[in-house]
Amino acid sequence: MINLTIDGQKVSVESGTTILKAARSIGIDIPTLCNFKDFTPEGSCRMCLVEVVGARRLETSCSTPAAEGMVVNTNTPEVREARRFVLKMLMSDHTFDCMTCYKYGCCEFVEFNANCIEYDAVKAFGTERVMAKPIDDSNPFYTYDPNKCVLCNRCIKVCEHLQCNHILAQCDRGYETNINPVFETPRGKSECVSCGNCIAVCPTGALAPKQFKPFAYAKTVQTVCPYCGVGCTLNLKVIDNKITDVYSTEGNVNDNLLCVKGRFAYDFVSSPDRLTTPLIRKNGVLEEASWEEALTLVAEKLKEAKAEGPQAVAGLSSARCTNEDNYVFQKFIRTVGETNNVDHCARLCHASTVAGLAKSFGSGAMTNSIDEIDIMDVMFVTGSNTTETHPVIGAKIKQRQQKGAALIVAEPRRIELAKYADVFLQIKPGTNVPLLNGMMRAILDAGVEAIDFCKERTEGYEEFREFMDTITVEGCAEICGVDPEDMRKAALLYATKDKGGIFYSMGVTQHNSGTDGVMSVGNLAMLTGKIGREGCGVNPLRGQNNVQGACDMGALPGDLPGYQKIAVPEVAEKFEKAWGLKLPTNTGKTLTEIINGVGDGTVKFLYVMGENPVVSDPDTNHVKHALEKGNFVVVQDIFLTETTEYADVVLPAFVYAEKDGTFTNTERRIQLLRKAVEAPGEAKNDWEIISLIAQKLGSKGFDFTNAEEIMEEIASVTPSYTGVSHERLRNGDRIQWPCLSKDSEGARFLHKGLFTRGKGWFAIADYIPPQDQADEDYPLILMTGRILEHYHTRTMTMRTPGIQEIAGEPFVEINPETAKGYDINEGDFITVTSPRGSVSAKTRFNPGVMEANLFMPFHYGNNGANHLTGGELDPVAKIPPFKVVKVNISK
Amino acid sequence: MAELIPVENLDVVKAIVAEHREVPGCLMQILQETQEKYGYLPLELQGTIADELGIPLTEVYGVATFYSQFTLTPKGKYKIGICLGTACYVRGAQPIIDKVNGILGTAVGDTTEDGKWSVDATRCVGACGLAPVMMINEEVFGRLTVDEIPGILEKF
Repeated sequence: MINLTIDGQKVSVESGTTILKAARSIGIDIPTLCNFKDFTPEGSCRMCLVEVVGARRLETSCSTPAAEGMVVNTNTPEVREARRFVLKMLMSDHTFDCMTCYKYGCCEFVEFNANCIEYDAVKAFGTERVMAKPIDDSNPFYTYDPNKCVLCNRCIKVCEHLQCNHILAQCDRGYETNINPVFETPRGKSECVSCGNCIAVCPTGALAPKQFKPFAYAKTVQTVCPYCGVGCTLNLKVIDNKITDVYSTEGNVNDNLLCVKGRFAYDFVSSPDRLTTPLIRKNGVLEEASWEEALTLVAEKLKEAKAEGPQAVAGLSSARCTNEDNYVFQKFIRTVGETNNVDHCARLCHASTVAGLAKSFGSGAMTNSIDEIDIMDVMFVTGSNTTETHPVIGAKIKQRQQKGAALIVAEPRRIELAKYADVFLQIKPGTNVPLLNGMMRAILDAGVEAIDFCKERTEGYEEFREFMDTITVEGCAEICGVDPEDMRKAALLYATKDKGGIFYSMGVTQHNSGTDGVMSVGNLAMLTGKIGREGCGVNPLRGQNNVQGACDMGALPGDLPGYQKIAVPEVAEKFEKAWGLKLPTNTGKTLTEIINGVGDGTVKFLYVMGENPVVSDPDTNHVKHALEKGNFVVVQDIFLTETTEYADVVLPAFVYAEKDGTFTNTERRIQLLRKAVEAPGEAKNDWEIISLIAQKLGSKGFDFTNAEEIMEEIASVTPSYTGVSHERLRNGDRIQWPCLSKDSEGARFLHKGLFTRGKGWFAIADYIPPQDQADEDYPLILMTGRILEHYHTRTMTMRTPGIQEIAGEPFVEINPETAKGYDINEGDFITVTSPRGSVSAKTRFNPGVMEANLFMPFHYGNNGANHLTGGELDPVAKIPPFKVVKVNISK
Repeated sequence: MAELIPVENLDVVKAIVAEHREVPGCLMQILQETQEKYGYLPLELQGTIADELGIPLTEVYGVATFYSQFTLTPKGKYKIGICLGTACYVRGAQPIIDKVNGILGTAVGDTTEDGKWSVDATRCVGACGLAPVMMINEEVFGRLTVDEIPGILEKF
């Protein structure tokens, strides 16, 4: 320890601590601009000068380490004079349009200027020297005004070390110094991903969102992002019942980082297109109706349908709604609808995870916490374009890689993460099982498997070893289309590091062998002993804000809340007792089967909450034909969608910002939403609408008055949520399920000491080729997926003009060499045809797509990729194969 | 002066990086040698240096634009430098610059399209006794008048 004296106070600090940190540790504040987090101090703003007794000149406290016996004075006349001079210089180069500035009221520079009165720097050089440098407004979401920039470099550090995108440089020198992308590229034309994380750290208004209300006193509400499964904390600024800005803060899941959707795509909340009254289809047209009329009609139709037996009623719940909404929905379908035909869109994304990991480990969720990335030595990413689909997790993976951890990426496309990977395996679509088998073979060949772990904590290992004897690295590498040496390198890198996590997503799950792929991931983790320890695990990245929660709440045909199987008599009995209601006994249909049932007329009444199956489900034409059959369809949503075109009744619901309730993010963390604005018109809360229908039919058990009560009921019947309550969340408790008591924070990582199912199970999964194989008529293979800017079927994101500017229309990515063969130029419209349908889209050249492969985002309705998808489902999880579709193209 | 290497040939810059990469703080040296060989430091070369060193392009660019000795645009076969030091300036350097630019159709910092000329304003070249001074490559022209300019340029 080092002992020094600061302003007469004695302080002991660790060796290497700067004077600044030492001073702050005893409550002495020293002003700084360029000092930022724990990054290497640069001492460039000179605001933090202090006197070190005996030194020849004033020292920058941010970069000077404390030394034994040092005597520091932070507030002498000389220090004050120096700071006054620095401030004068900074002010001489700063535009003072404070009254219309984004940072009005929270400007760090103004804060210093308030101190300036003390420093007597206000009447400095004035502003006569300010050059009017051009403002960069090329990005759709934010502007950079160099005339307000104080060159503190924080934006560069965020871009470089936290978002890890390396866009910004300090360019030129002296008075010409500016912070911009290289070679004078405007921000809007650079590779900037518009995360806006630079805005979050800018001390002045140099970086500002284009859309904000200056000079206003706003209420701020902390809530949870409605987009992907990362579950970032958002702070909404609300003026006149309208969100005017979103800002991030330190701590929580995202630690001040957000992505373009979270930070900028909030326009949908106050969109004039919001549904404000119930609508009833009369003479083929949806017309406004009263709640009484609409609910009575729905109740009547439900009564009629359920008279025909349990298979005549079905409900699609929503991964975008809260846990409370999902709980009430499945309870409603089961007890009032008297059927187990309840499912939601997890069927289309991670059904294979829920099924596969339940078999391997006993529970199908991310086993690590997101912040465990910070301690991993190796990260293996496969089937996930993480930086686009889960941007903040993507950034955290890049941060960790920057700090020296190894990164392995296996993907059919050369995604952004591939740039930073130690090994990148560009595998053919649908070859995850041979990829993982080949890696495991290589690990066994090298004798680096965790034999003790396999013997003590798993079962089925012997059979698995026998199966592995039938496999060679070379054979697997050939199926995957990669170099066997690369496969070995990746395998050994993963196996030999101490702490490692696997991150995967739709690229593994959305295949007719999806469950096998997931179990193979589980095998790899068990074989190397990388599960059940901190920093080691298997991490399915869940797609939607509350898809984890919707599964947890039992919006699945065979599962009641907490994955309690309805087929188990004791479970059914427990719920019947708790609810005081009878449970159905039919085998529930899955989402894809429900749509088929609507098509063949067995399902007479379909209730869709916050879902858009016409766009999100495979084989759009098939879905449309099914919905056209004239059965009664209720859609509860916030906007008219492609699916409401087939609805008989449309019911207006709340968005996230109008709700109290909880979302469960991908790391099993239950987080509290707080209401920020009032809903438009007569819209109602999702759970409230459901409850009103239940009450109309005279059902008990739906007399909830708020979301908190619903969570109390959830906690009472769901073992993994036993300790969850709104009150705890309000108090700031971090809770990750399983949370078995009120004083437990749950589990940061799963399967410590014992797997949920007891012993881990080694599944045997051999390669099953995708159903679709390129042939003469359809020589190309299409993959579908998500892009950064859009979410789900665009119903929310497309209301933000900037998003539309960047990604307003569907496109198809093609390798330039493949395009040449078809005489296609970049930007040409091409027709893509599969056995199931045909769409037209603009081409984008991407050399990172393999030859003979195509990629299309699935978000779009018109000419959307799902016109092309469909085919054989995974036999266990019933997930459709979105990732391998044989197609042909023509100009 | 040796013939410049075309930017398409990245082998040379890669060799330069390979030679110095192990030395801490090697970026300056690499940029200097690269500029010597190629004449300037366009995106392709800076990008290659960044990739080869495994550092962000932004870092390379920051250094390349900080030091005035580095140039991002190709210089002409004949590099005209007109001194704008105090002595030259008061003895009429500005009209000289204007004349040169008038004849060549350039602005300060430009290179003519045919690649023959580039025009820069320089700081004091240490020949104040000869002010105003212009340099063309290594040759110094002093005590200039505007009328002399066309004749001087014609010699090249």
